[in-house]
Amino acid sequence: MSKISKINLGLTERFYRSLYRIRKVEEEIARIYPTDKIKSPVHLSIGQEAVSVGICEALRLKDKVFGTYRGHAMYLAKGGDLKKMIAELYGKVTGCAKGKGGSMHLIDTNHGIMGASAIVGTMIPVATGYAYALRYRKSNSLVAAFFGDGAVDEGAFHESLNFAALKKLPILFICENNTYAIHSHHLKRHHSDNIFIRARTYGMPSERIGDGDIFKIYRAANKYIAKIRQGKGPAFLECLTCRWKEHVGPNDDFDLGYRSEDEVSCWKKNDPLKEIGLLLSTATRERIESKVQVEIEEAFSFAEKSPFPSKEKIYQDVFAKSL
Amino acid sequence: MRILTYPEAVREATDQEMSIDPSVIVLGQGVDDPKAILGTTKGLAAKFGPTRVFDTPLSEDAMTGVAIGAALAGLRPIHIHIRMDFMLLAMNQLVNMVAKMRYMFGGSVSVPIVIRSIIGKSWGQGPQHSQSIYPLFMNIPGLKIIAPSTPYDAKGCLINAIRDNDPVIFIEHRLLYYQKSYVPAKPYTTAFGKARILSKGRDITLVGISQMAIECLRASIYLFKETGIRAEVIDPVSLAPLDIDTIARSVKKTGRLIIVDNAWVPCGLGAEIISRLLVESKLKGFVAQRMGFAHTTCPTTPALEKYFYPNAQSIAMKAYQICRPGKKHWRPNTKLKIEEVEFKGPF
Ligand SMILES: Cc1ncc(C[n+]2csc(CCOP(=O)(O)OP(=O)(O)O)c2C)c(N)n1
Ligand SMILES: [Mg+2]
Repeated sequence: MSKISKINLGLTERFYRSLYRIRKVEEEIARIYPTDKIKSPVHLSIGQEAVSVGICEALRLKDKVFGTYRGHAMYLAKGGDLKKMIAELYGKVTGCAKGKGGSMHLIDTNHGIMGASAIVGTMIPVATGYAYALRYRKSNSLVAAFFGDGAVDEGAFHESLNFAALKKLPILFICENNTYAIHSHHLKRHHSDNIFIRARTYGMPSERIGDGDIFKIYRAANKYIAKIRQGKGPAFLECLTCRWKEHVGPNDDFDLGYRSEDEVSCWKKNDPLKEIGLLLSTATRERIESKVQVEIEEAFSFAEKSPFPSKEKIYQDVFAKSL
Repeated sequence: MRILTYPEAVREATDQEMSIDPSVIVLGQGVDDPKAILGTTKGLAAKFGPTRVFDTPLSEDAMTGVAIGAALAGLRPIHIHIRMDFMLLAMNQLVNMVAKMRYMFGGSVSVPIVIRSIIGKSWGQGPQHSQSIYPLFMNIPGLKIIAPSTPYDAKGCLINAIRDNDPVIFIEHRLLYYQKSYVPAKPYTTAFGKARILSKGRDITLVGISQMAIECLRASIYLFKETGIRAEVIDPVSLAPLDIDTIARSVKKTGRLIIVDNAWVPCGLGAEIISRLLVESKLKGFVAQRMGFAHTTCPTTPALEKYFYPNAQSIAMKAYQICRPGKKHWRPNTKLKIEEVEFKGPF
């Protein structure tokens, strides 16, 4: 328990609140999913929350994040509006994208969440371009780009890292390596287990955090973010992690046979939510949990009660002004 | 009246907008090199510095994403491809991303980017440096597609594109770079969605896209000088949004129409215009023909390339057949010096 003395209790509470909130929101999504009220495929982050929370707790409100279809954790960790998120999943006009994006395209620009894409790898260059504009404006903010190990297979990943290093852009790349792209093991797609080393060859510091320890992720993020803010250019973190549920949908997928239950159970044993919870008093935990529960109930009832978009909305927002 | 060439007009529009608005930046392969995209970016790097005008790695896909990201952050990037063919490497960002971003994020973002690209032709451009893929983009909601044929419209449309809050694909043509026309010195905008009538006529309507507008203009001179047929030549300028009303008014008057695509014919602007005249404008009883690239790969040798593109003679002959059905074959006298033909106004 030497850890506890070194860490700041306020931070532990923040971690716990954020991890707990994401987990409970997604468990509620999984619970509701069979009712078909959620009009969107869902790629749950359950098991992977520590990456988003560790990074986003190190960011400022004005910093920007870009993510993927597996983006609930990033959206919530960065402070995204929960009501608008659930309404978006329900396809309601009150959703963060007015129901036109769904679970895979969460956005909340007021909190620096600049969107998510369902085409693997496509947000990496966009995040890089945003970082170019920040540097051009001599802004003190930075960009964090989240993507999976599958995105590393795409050309745009490599093109973007090269450009970001070349122009010394204020961007932190975060590869959430959960070993799989759908059911394809990363060593079926990559010659070597060295994603973070490959990033280094483009000209940026990089590091792998192999055990999902949220404190390590947070500390590494802080270290690199400080350098990025000093104008030293991009950095890269590869965070090993584990998706507990199936690739898309609310269920387990051990019946498919592409991975063993053991592979996942060792991550479940070290669940950061449980570990962080143990660092707090029962009273503190319960206080946090009951607040989150209320917030979740309110968000789902907001989504339930909200209207669907009306017919004429179908042509709205194709262009700034309709043609 | 001040006369400028097409590349001078493009350069001037860029220079003026960059001077007015510090959020305008220019990126692309070769934008700061000695040839400066055929002169269209000449002097800009020296004047505005390397953060506003920069060469890019050969990464068309990611650099399109970079331009999009910069636009999300409020910049107004102009991303340039010296050949339109290279845009095919950026289709993912253009079709899956930029065309959809405003919509899929419920209107919470704007992506004001301009993609400039130049269509190649002749001097052995061959299979991979001559393509003109605007019909692919016309099928995609969320993109504005502009292809002006005159220096006057090039300047006005480019300024309008830069100021527009949506993604604009701005299509130039290598052979249009020889065109000259009256171009006002001050900045001005040419609104999208308005076709330009390049010459008036009552017998047949010729709609020419990009450089084919000039071929149509040349054809109209053959037709008038040698046969007395008066062709009305229309440059749509803006392909999306398309000004179908101007074309419909013309066809209502002439009853005859040829659309000369600067691309392959199937699913092209010809198909689009004829269907819209029938379905939306409810025109009946007009005669229509489509012309465009021969439906084969563009050959490099001039011996074959000359059969690949429509030209003033082939357009004039097709128009003559439509206007004088049953009359004996007519071939224009190519000794008429019309290579220099260009539309100088009035605008
Ligand atoms: C360009 C592209 N190719 C294929 C797909 C289909 N696809 C959807 S998710 C996915 C797996 C991506 O894996 P990874 O990047 O590791 O993210 P994870 O799902 O593990 O979070 C694939 C292949 C896609 N959406 N986009
Ligand atoms: Mg993965």
